[in-house]
Amino acid sequence: MEKLDRELLEKIAELHSVPEGSFNIRKNGERLAANSTEEISIVQKTDKPGIDIIVAPGVKNKSVHIPVILTVGDFTDTVYNDFFIGEDADVTIVAGCGIHNPGKGKAEHDGVHTFRLGKHSRVKYVERHYGEGVQGSKRVFDPVTNVFLEEGAVLEMDTTQLGGVTFTDRMTDAVIGDGAKLLVKERLLTDGEEKAISRFRVLLKGKDSTCDIVSRNVARGNSRQEFYSDVVGENSCFGHVECDGILLDGARILSTPQIDAAHPDASLVHEAAVGKIAGDQLTKLMSLGLTEKEAEDAVIKGFLH
Amino acid sequence: MLELKHICYDVDTDRPDKARRILSDVSLGFPKGTVTVITGHNGSGKSTLIKLIMGIDKPTSGRILFNGEDITDASVTERALKGMTIAFQQPVRFKGITVRNLLDAACRKTCTTGEACKYLYSVGLCAKDYIDRPVDDTLSGGELKRIELATALAKGGEVFLLDEPEAGIDLWSFDELVSVFEKLRDKTVVIVSHQSKILQAADRIVVLNSAAQPVVGSRDEILPSLTDVGAPYCMRGGMATE
Repeated sequence: MEKLDRELLEKIAELHSVPEGSFNIRKNGERLAANSTEEISIVQKTDKPGIDIIVAPGVKNKSVHIPVILTVGDFTDTVYNDFFIGEDADVTIVAGCGIHNPGKGKAEHDGVHTFRLGKHSRVKYVERHYGEGVQGSKRVFDPVTNVFLEEGAVLEMDTTQLGGVTFTDRMTDAVIGDGAKLLVKERLLTDGEEKAISRFRVLLKGKDSTCDIVSRNVARGNSRQEFYSDVVGENSCFGHVECDGILLDGARILSTPQIDAAHPDASLVHEAAVGKIAGDQLTKLMSLGLTEKEAEDAVIKGFLH
Repeated sequence: MLELKHICYDVDTDRPDKARRILSDVSLGFPKGTVTVITGHNGSGKSTLIKLIMGIDKPTSGRILFNGEDITDASVTERALKGMTIAFQQPVRFKGITVRNLLDAACRKTCTTGEACKYLYSVGLCAKDYIDRPVDDTLSGGELKRIELATALAKGGEVFLLDEPEAGIDLWSFDELVSVFEKLRDKTVVIVSHQSKILQAADRIVVLNSAAQPVVGSRDEILPSLTDVGAPYCMRGGMATE
């Protein structure tokens, strides 16, 4: 593994070396390293690029790492990853992609992920996207995440875009079964001329199904962000969507949360608040001795935590 | 020594029909090693005075001196670094910033858990229950006030400006709160309060009145007058004004 590979992997997956257990590391469209275990098997697809990640029923407290790195320009890597989580399993999946674009062209990674969580299984999915490279180069992510939660399953998604991503259009589409829960914590940071779009479509189909989506966004420079959510409650269910944005400089954030209560016992809430950092937050931190810039950074760091 | 010289503070000066003078030619001195409690009726300018000292608001006229240096035009950050420390009346809530983060910011370093515990314990909080909690609306008003005080202690300094530190703190914890002021004995402590137990802990009391000069005196001089019905903030004369 080269130094650049190691740096990118550390940024997106906090990996300092090859992880233990099951993993699959993909670089520039090719498999760089992989390991499959009995409990979590990783099978390379034969019909299209990508892998099947199969977690056996009842597997507890295990993790699987599937990071992707791109270190070339003028390249689009589309990958299809399917996750099959057995009943009662409880695992952590660490994904993410780091792009280092050394040229003027576009480097794009489009991960199409499909999660199928068996009854009463639980998954924590951690995804980080990060871009870097020469000025004028494009680093693009257009991920699609499909989620199917069976009875009592819980998917906790923790997704972060750290910066340096010139364009992203994220789509998360979920169908939630009886008593199942989708919990999403999204963090997006854009700067300069970057643009980020995040879309959620959630169907609360099962009895007592739940979704809680909290998207926190910071837009700096001339960047632009768009947030769309569409939650449909077709049963006795609870859905909460929150979009919180901090605006700096000349940036712009558009937020369009939509809720559709299609059942008498559906309870759906959406909240959206976009604005500058509250002046009293800056004053408090400045009264501790921080400069205005340090105070601003501290508020943003906490907000995106 | 902190000195206010002929401080005036006007609000809404751009709207003549609404314009109001909150503080009128106020001159006060706050010597090192004394606890001064500022009291007065609502709207008499107590919190305004604290904010002017910290540099959050700027006086319309007059000067503020700290150890002989004119700091009237110094920023909040500059005053904080010179040793001014404030605990706000209504502590601000954040999203994502934890109690530990605030204490670290206050100490200008990464506090050890032991250090953080010491500050939280001194305001009556069990450190392990609070240290990793976000400073947001999951905390009650009283908890937030205690954390505010803990960050002020963690920051340290020479002048402590405490705006109604007792607000939201249960009555049976008052002695504990007063013992915090005792720990700041060698500093300049300025407290805004109406609470008799806090007034009793004062060396000096300043009674602010937006329509007249503040009345200043020792606790023993001022306190009896404050307990007279109808007298509290109206009394003038007899006491030395600074």
